[in-house]
Amino acid sequence: MAVPKLEQLSKSVVQGPSLATGAIPTRDWMDIPVVFKEGNFAYPAKKEKVEYLNSQKGLHFPNAREWSPEHDDWKLPENWKEIILAGLKERLEKFRSLKIFMDCCVRCGACADKCHFFLGTGDPKNMPVLRAELLRSVYRNDFTLAGKIMGRMAGAREMTVGVLKEWFMYSYQCTECRRCSVFCPYGIDTAEVTMMIRELLHLVGVGINWILEPASNSNRTGNHMGLQPHTFKDNVDFLADDIENLTGIRVNHSFNRKGAEVLFITPSADVFAEPGLYTAMGYLLLFEAIGLDYTWSTYASEGGNFGLFTNNELMKKLNAKMYAEAKRLGVKYIIGGECGHMWRVLHQYMDTMNGPADFLETPVSSITGTRFTNAASTKMVHISEFTADLIKHGKIKLDKSRNSHVKATYHDSCNPARAMGLMDEPRYILDHVVDWVEMPENTIREQTFCCGSGTGLNTDEIMELRMRAGLPRANAVKYVHDKKGVNMLSCVCAIDRATLTSLMNYWNPDVRVCGVSELVGNALVIDGETRGDLDDGLRTML
Amino acid sequence: MKYAFSFLVVIVLIVVAGLGSQIQGMQYVFGVALPYLAILVFAGGFIYRVVQWAKSPVPFPIQTTCGQAASLDFIKQNKLECPNTTSEVVARMILEIVTFRSLFRNTKSEIHEGPQLTYESSKWLWVFSLMFHYSFLLIIIRHMRLFLDPAPFWMAWIEFGDGIFQVGAPNAYITDATILMAIVYLFGRRIINRHVKYISLINDFFPLVLIFGIACTGILMRYFLRTDVDILAIKRLAVGLVTFSPVIGVKIGAIFYIHLFLVSTLLIYFPFSKLMHMGGVFLSPTRNLKNNSRAVRHINPWNPDIKPHSYAGYEDEFREFMVDAGIPVEKELPVEKG
Repeated sequence: MAVPKLEQLSKSVVQGPSLATGAIPTRDWMDIPVVFKEGNFAYPAKKEKVEYLNSQKGLHFPNAREWSPEHDDWKLPENWKEIILAGLKERLEKFRSLKIFMDCCVRCGACADKCHFFLGTGDPKNMPVLRAELLRSVYRNDFTLAGKIMGRMAGAREMTVGVLKEWFMYSYQCTECRRCSVFCPYGIDTAEVTMMIRELLHLVGVGINWILEPASNSNRTGNHMGLQPHTFKDNVDFLADDIENLTGIRVNHSFNRKGAEVLFITPSADVFAEPGLYTAMGYLLLFEAIGLDYTWSTYASEGGNFGLFTNNELMKKLNAKMYAEAKRLGVKYIIGGECGHMWRVLHQYMDTMNGPADFLETPVSSITGTRFTNAASTKMVHISEFTADLIKHGKIKLDKSRNSHVKATYHDSCNPARAMGLMDEPRYILDHVVDWVEMPENTIREQTFCCGSGTGLNTDEIMELRMRAGLPRANAVKYVHDKKGVNMLSCVCAIDRATLTSLMNYWNPDVRVCGVSELVGNALVIDGETRGDLDDGLRTML
Repeated sequence: MKYAFSFLVVIVLIVVAGLGSQIQGMQYVFGVALPYLAILVFAGGFIYRVVQWAKSPVPFPIQTTCGQAASLDFIKQNKLECPNTTSEVVARMILEIVTFRSLFRNTKSEIHEGPQLTYESSKWLWVFSLMFHYSFLLIIIRHMRLFLDPAPFWMAWIEFGDGIFQVGAPNAYITDATILMAIVYLFGRRIINRHVKYISLINDFFPLVLIFGIACTGILMRYFLRTDVDILAIKRLAVGLVTFSPVIGVKIGAIFYIHLFLVSTLLIYFPFSKLMHMGGVFLSPTRNLKNNSRAVRHINPWNPDIKPHSYAGYEDEFREFMVDAGIPVEKELPVEKG
């Protein structure tokens, strides 16, 4: 699907007739059916990927088949409706959040213009409240007295194939970024709602390939990219070679090494593609500079977890590798690299799902002696926490001038900001390594805007949607680019590093994207280095 | 259409009560039986709904963090927006429930040529919501005078404060004016604000119109139709209701029965409607959980037994490559027989 020209889309988002620009649809939303056409949906999961996942113990991915959202017939199982309603009942009994969020919304509309998908598309069904109503209307119809008696008068409607298609459309036009939940007076979190809808859709075999293929890769090879152990090692080794060429430092890294103090896990994207590669070089340099006794793992070579975007069973299965590997290798604790949704899983799900990790110890930095009591049970520390602590104790030498080619700003990734509260650690690091400025206040910290392509929506066939959904973020970057000369958008998320790069190329081509650890790597002064003048830091071509 | 329908229903309710209460013998139905039924349905329904919510567990700690978490000692935690202890959670919840903290954050987004997106603070919804809820609360408290004999001493303070402007006779209450203003605003935005207009259901208009009807009939009774109602008879009935010995006075006017009938309707409607947000806000897992989920393990009562794809299975599949690449393995390759 070709992406419209910048001028065209710039006009469209302002003038196009949409609810965001002032046009109110004349028909009730229940009467507007969804229409799938090339470019407005992510491709369905390949049959063999669904079959593979379904064959794995503890997982349930039925109805593997070839199908297309564009066809009228989605080849749903005959009893699809019973499956969906039974699934909904089960989830209402398992998740208090779902019940509360179905019952408490007063449709005050505070969330309406907080969603980046709504701001970029103007589609009324992208207002968080209406996205939730897509499910809530069915809930009312089958699970509430008022809905059973009054039907549509009470906002209820029957579950039909049309409704199911609408669910598919709009639960995959939500990146589960939780910005709406910050503004909701009852804390209603659309992420919970779309997570439930996605779980329900998987019960009848409706899912997208960009999520299920990485998830099945991760199950089999240990990472989303499908890198087999030797390839994973090769990739990291290449980075080590690059570091040596650039700085003269030969880093000591190891794989699957038993008895290491720390297991390090980061999203595999960091060892796979630019600009994440430079972030990974930053990790390697940092650990070398402090002489950390750590190991990578090829088995648990993925920090990210596309199970989060699928269902809680798959999330648990993929996540379980981390503790299993930490136990096998006998490490003391785990350090996690920069990634957004990965940290949502680690902070809010891992310990509950796969703990208690009583074979590990409360993380203590062997360099500074700091006890990370905030990770006392999960035993996993964020690289930004770890790095900020090193800087505070003066354990690493930093030369800010090595980043003089960079004027940075900082993008709070949704999950670290709103599902973890990690906001000031990366800022503390940036203060010490680079000249940087904040974006406008309604677009940062807990009010940060999503990159527009999270939760497995970073696939090319929906590029226009992604550019629209990413507009609020891009626009805030443009502001600091124009006013303050910002040329680098830093973040602590691997998906961001990929998706913001596309977004910047489109909206702000002069701004590049990097991980915070890359800027740390640039600024690090290490004994014995023979580093020339690297005018583009670790990105310098020799 | 949706609001017109809501008005229609409330008008029908008014007519039913106005005429019905004038039929001989029906006063008992409107004055005693229905209020008792309404209280029963309200209390029973409210408790039922809360119990239903509470029966579902909170499997995962899904707190929404709206500020810096407790982490390193040199990083300042935002205790109210990102609570780490029970008392911090309580403080966050009080702020949310008493001051509508989240609504206070509200912004209005606009998209201009460029494109350029702007976000400006928008506090009107917050102001009028607070006005609505606090007016309603004070009015309910003021009404306790009718049920309590003698009325508690602090009741006089509230009435004095509420009537501090000393306008008119009888002294006009501020809350009577503010609740009407707030209802007009909340209703108005549902037909003017394009986002809210498009999402509003009858479920949203009906309670507003109903409460508007309750407020109007109350105001009529207090300020304009005083001669039609015998306040002492009403007080006797009210005290009678709470002491389970209700007495219907002869001179209670129709306007009172209309008022009471609308209140009964609201009570009966309450547990089946979005008005349950009153109870739900306390139970919202994104707000009422501590953000200590890495420090203290949260328990999921239905945690399924799912194991990862095993390391052994992984090594079996890739052992040859691993050995070639010098990656340590648990089981060496079989020695080939030559």
